[in-house]
Order: sequence, then structure tokens, then C-alpha cells
Amino acid sequence: MLIGHFTERPYQDPNSQYFGATGRNIQDLSISNADYDPKIGSALYNRYLDERVYAEEMGFDAVMLNEHHSTPFCMGGVVNVEASILARITDKVKIVINGNVLPIWDDPLWLAEELATIDMISEGRLVTGWVRGTGRESVAHNAQPPFNWARFQEAHDLILKAWTTPGPFRWEGDHYQYRYVNPWMRPYQQPHPMIMIPGVLSRNTVEWAAKHRYPYVMLATRLEPTKQSFDYYREVATSEGYEAGSEHIGYLFKVHVDETEELAYETGKKFLEGPGNIFLEGSRGVVSPVLQNLPGLTDRNNLLPTGQVGIAAASRGHSDLGKSGDGADPAPSGPPRPAAQAGYDEQLENYTIITGTPKTVIPKIRHVLETLRPGSIFFWDGDGAMTHEDSMRSLRLFGSDVIPAVREMADELDLPGPYEKSPADARPVDTPAAVEASD
Amino acid sequence: MAGLRIRSMRGGSGVPLLLLHRSTGNTGWSEFHECLSTNFEVDVPDLPGYGQSTLPEWAREPRDLAILMLQYLRKRDLRAASVVGLGFGGFIAAHMATMDAESVGRLVLVGSPGLRPEEGEIMDQMLIEHAAYVKAGFRDEETATRHLGEEIDPNLLALWQFNRVMTARIAWKPYMFDPRLPALLPEVRTPTLLVYGGADRVIPPAIPARYASTLPNARLELIPEAGHLVEVEEPEVVAGLVHAHALQSQPTSTRT
Repeated sequence: MLIGHFTERPYQDPNSQYFGATGRNIQDLSISNADYDPKIGSALYNRYLDERVYAEEMGFDAVMLNEHHSTPFCMGGVVNVEASILARITDKVKIVINGNVLPIWDDPLWLAEELATIDMISEGRLVTGWVRGTGRESVAHNAQPPFNWARFQEAHDLILKAWTTPGPFRWEGDHYQYRYVNPWMRPYQQPHPMIMIPGVLSRNTVEWAAKHRYPYVMLATRLEPTKQSFDYYREVATSEGYEAGSEHIGYLFKVHVDETEELAYETGKKFLEGPGNIFLEGSRGVVSPVLQNLPGLTDRNNLLPTGQVGIAAASRGHSDLGKSGDGADPAPSGPPRPAAQAGYDEQLENYTIITGTPKTVIPKIRHVLETLRPGSIFFWDGDGAMTHEDSMRSLRLFGSDVIPAVREMADELDLPGPYEKSPADARPVDTPAAVEASD
Repeated sequence: MAGLRIRSMRGGSGVPLLLLHRSTGNTGWSEFHECLSTNFEVDVPDLPGYGQSTLPEWAREPRDLAILMLQYLRKRDLRAASVVGLGFGGFIAAHMATMDAESVGRLVLVGSPGLRPEEGEIMDQMLIEHAAYVKAGFRDEETATRHLGEEIDPNLLALWQFNRVMTARIAWKPYMFDPRLPALLPEVRTPTLLVYGGADRVIPPAIPARYASTLPNARLELIPEAGHLVEVEEPEVVAGLVHAHALQSQPTSTRT
């Protein structure tokens, strides 16, 4: 099993009031970066990088990064810069980018070059992941929503070819044209870096991932619809003539570990405070129906069980679905909303959030593994309003207690990850890290 | 036509008139259509990719639809027709005139975008709820409610939503203008009528002003109280202006 760590790197800034219990609503298209303080940004980028290094020390196999644009809930607008730095300052962990938003790249060959560079600097530790992005990403970099899916696929084909076919060659596609493809760099991993496809609601993407035998990582969706989506992946795999195993299945979920149950309960609550992902249950943010509804972005007939009710937010139990919201919250200094508070206990019950001491957290993780049978898991922690200290306490306990227990569990439940059993051909992957470990 | 099926509504008798709809699409035979049909043989196609006309997968900009509409005029054997473009349809009509002045006998733009405004911005339908965008087309909230009702017909919303996809395919960026038009319009000698609402909240006044100063044979009629959807708010007035414009004799050319 591949065990990874993840945080969205929220922009935590008490002055901007997009933080903490007194937080203003985060609604797309209604906030200005006039509130952005680069000094705070600087400290946070460095904090999050330091926490990744510590995650490696604590025994995580992977650190996962994501990319969003124009929003305080994720500082990963230029995720490849963070990944590049991690490539140099870490030694063993896989660097998982889940993922670059392919359709918004007007020059995906440049992305192929960046990723190959990261792969070389990290000596083959890059796991590349590609997403279609939300409406926010399409608007932020002004990519046409109706061509999102076509551009995703063509950019993928181009990057793969640039990595695997000796240049120079020409590329005359529908959306991208190059007269000379011959990047003077090639990925360290051959034939190309491990690819994972993260997602939430697009049936097209699951089908496409299964056809390419890429592991599919569901992002913090509720257990039952997630299970159904994985069933769909397995169905497609069967029709493609192979059997999908745990190596094809990844799951990201929120887990915070702490020293006492009381501290864990109080700290876990911070998932719902501060500038957390607006799509998530109990979040203080408001989803913009306009951005969710950009023309042609998602074919509404092709939603997964997680998205059938409409949008990602609903699949994650977000209660503000469809409301236009009040971006300019007139009472930013009010107390925390009771709704978020009530939502928290409910989320602890339905596994949307897992928090506790190692003793109570481990059986819950086991339940998730038994239900979904993933070969890759990513613990989402240190988010919302959590401080550096909160993150570090949890990371330490992951290292001392949780990770060893989860490894045993994975062996017992027979859940090999994508490095133990290649998603492409079911053989063990001979990675540089694996070679090193056997030395 | 070009492998596409074009659906159109036709009515009336008289001089042939091609009417190009707004980016919201054709919503049926309206009062404005009815007013026009007393003097014209009105042809109202669904633009390719809108309503029930086939979507041209290859189309990437409004000019592509202008090419198709010129082909449509030829197919229907409509020569020197009056071409009336409502909103976005006028953007396409302006392109048609730059490409084939012979085919466009008279040109009318009603509340149309197409030029980059030197002042102000074209309201962006992509970043607001579409119902709110359409409402902004009226002079005020009360007028919008009078025309659309308290609750907008869900079928209408669905049609707008559908049509918006084609708009995003061809006019996402640059949004509702073409930087080539200002260079090409001075050669268009087609008599042109510009009808804009004085209370237009979607198109800034710099756009009709620029059309008027760039087109050599253009006349601007500002309907002071009207909003962006001039022909919906003032169907008789606009139809009357179109009629007078279409019947006026060809101006003496000042070709040099």
C-alpha cells in the first residue's frame, strides 16, 4: 500500500478574516486579492514545505499536492514549483501532484518539460496526476469550458508522446499544434512517471482512467458513492479485459491524530474552520453556482454516483448547494455558525472526518480500507484552521503508531499499492526508491 | 448546408429579410417577428450550434457562423437581402457585410456587440447566472418581470443554457468582439442602421458610437428609454425603423 499525506495549503490569514471562527465567507468571484499579504503567504509556503519534509521523516510513502487557482483554500496555484522544491529537499517520498489542471494549459509541452525536470531532480519520485479542474480554474486562466474534456485528452496524448517517443516529431492536433516536439529532457522513470487520475464526479474521467489503466483517486467523497464509483471503474476494466485491483484504486480522506481524544476532537473541528475547501461539508465557503454551471464544462448525463445530485459539493454533503450565497458577508465577526458545529459530529459519524488518538483512529481507517479496498490512501490533515503545531503533533503520531498499523492492515487485507503491483501490467514496479530500499 | 441541418422559422411576405437571433437563441415567433412580417418575408434561422440547428464542431469564432450564414443566403437564393442582427446576431451580420457586401443589401444591428469598447465593458454572461443576465437585458427589473414573469419558464432557462454552450465555443475569448472588425468595417458601404437602447446595461455606449464612426453609411437610432433587448421592449418602433431603412433608396456611392 502507498500511504500519503495531503493538505490543501490554505491561506490562513487572521487579518483578511478568511480565517478561523470569525471567518468571512469564501465565495468564488466575490473576493479580492487586495486582501492577500505576501509576508503571510511566504511564511505559509515555507511552513507547508517543512511539514512535507517531516511527513517523510515520519514514514509516509508519499506527499500529495494539488492545484487550484484564485482561491484562499489552496495555495497551490503553481504546484510544480512546490513539487520542484520537494524534489530536492526530500529523499524518499513520492511527490504526488494530484493534479495539474491540463485543459487550462495553452502549452502542455511546457508542462511535459516541467514534469520531466521534476522527475529527474527527484530521481524518479514524481507521481503525476491530471485533472480537468473546476469552473474556477477555467475562468482563472480563461480556458474555454466546452473544450475542457477534449483539451484534457489531447494534452495527455501529447505529453505521453513527448515522454515516450524519440523526437523530433510534429503535433498537429485539434487544440494544440507544434512544429517541433523534441524537449531536451526526458523523465527519469521509464517509460514515464507513474500517473494517477484524481476525481470527484465525472463518469467520463473514470471510464477514461480505467481504459488507460491509471489508478483513480477519489477525493474526499462519501464512502458509499465512492464505492459505487470504484465499482464502475472495475466494470470498465472488465470490459477492457483486465481485472482492476487495489493498485488501481486510491482514496483521499480526512484523518487527524492527536494526543488525547479531547484534543483530537477540538483540533478536528478546525477542518471546518478557516479557509477550508468550499466544496466540503461544513465548510464556511459558498459554492458559486455560476462557476459550477459554466457552459459545456460537464456533461450532465455523465456524472458519477458522487455527483448525480448535481455537483461535487453535494456529493460531499455540502448544504449550501445551489444557493447564490452572500459573498460580501456583512457580519464577518459573528460567532461560528451552529450549522458547521452540528455538521462536525455528523461527519465524525459518517467517516467524512476521522479524528482521535491512534487507538480510536486505526479501527476507523480499517473500516475505510475494508469498504473501498484502495491500494493508495492519502490522509488529509493540517487543513482549515489547523496550526503548524496541530499538524506536527498529528504527523508524529502517524509515524509512531498509525502508519505501522496501517501497513500491517494492508498486508492482512491484501491491498497492494501501485508500486507493488503495476497498474499497467500487474508486475512489481522497479523504482529507484525500491532498488535503494533493497540495497 | 456544409453538412449541417439549419432549422428556420419563416413568415410574412414582401422583401426578403434574414433575422439573426441573439446569443440566447430563438424563443419562438415573437411580437417583433410579427411586426416585421407585415412588410417582409422574414427568415429566422437557428444559427448553427443553436436551438435545433446542427453544431459545427469545427467552428471557433463568430466569423465562422458569418461564413455559414452567407452560404445560407446563397442556398436560399436570397440576394441583397436585408440582414437584421439582434445582439450577438448583429456581430455575425457585421462580419457577413465585411466578407460579401453584395449579399447584404441592408444591414441592421440591434444592441450588438462586436467591437472592443473604448470605454466601459460588455457585460459578461459567463460570470453571472444566466437568468440574471437576461434580466439585465431589460431596462429595469419591473420590465423584466413584465416580459418574463415572476418565475422564468424552465424550458426557456434550459434553452438558454443549451445555447450558451455554443456561445462559449465561439465567443469565449475575445469576449464578444473581434479586433479585426475596426479595420474591415470602413470598407463596408452597405447602408446600416444601428438601433440601441439608451438604457442598455449590457453594451456600453462606446460600441454603437464606434460602429457609427467606423461604418461609412451608418446611422444610429438611440431609443432613449429602452434596455439592451430593444426589439423585445419596443417591437413596433424597431420594426418601423427597419422598414424605413430597408425601403430607403441606395445612397449614392462616394467611392474614391
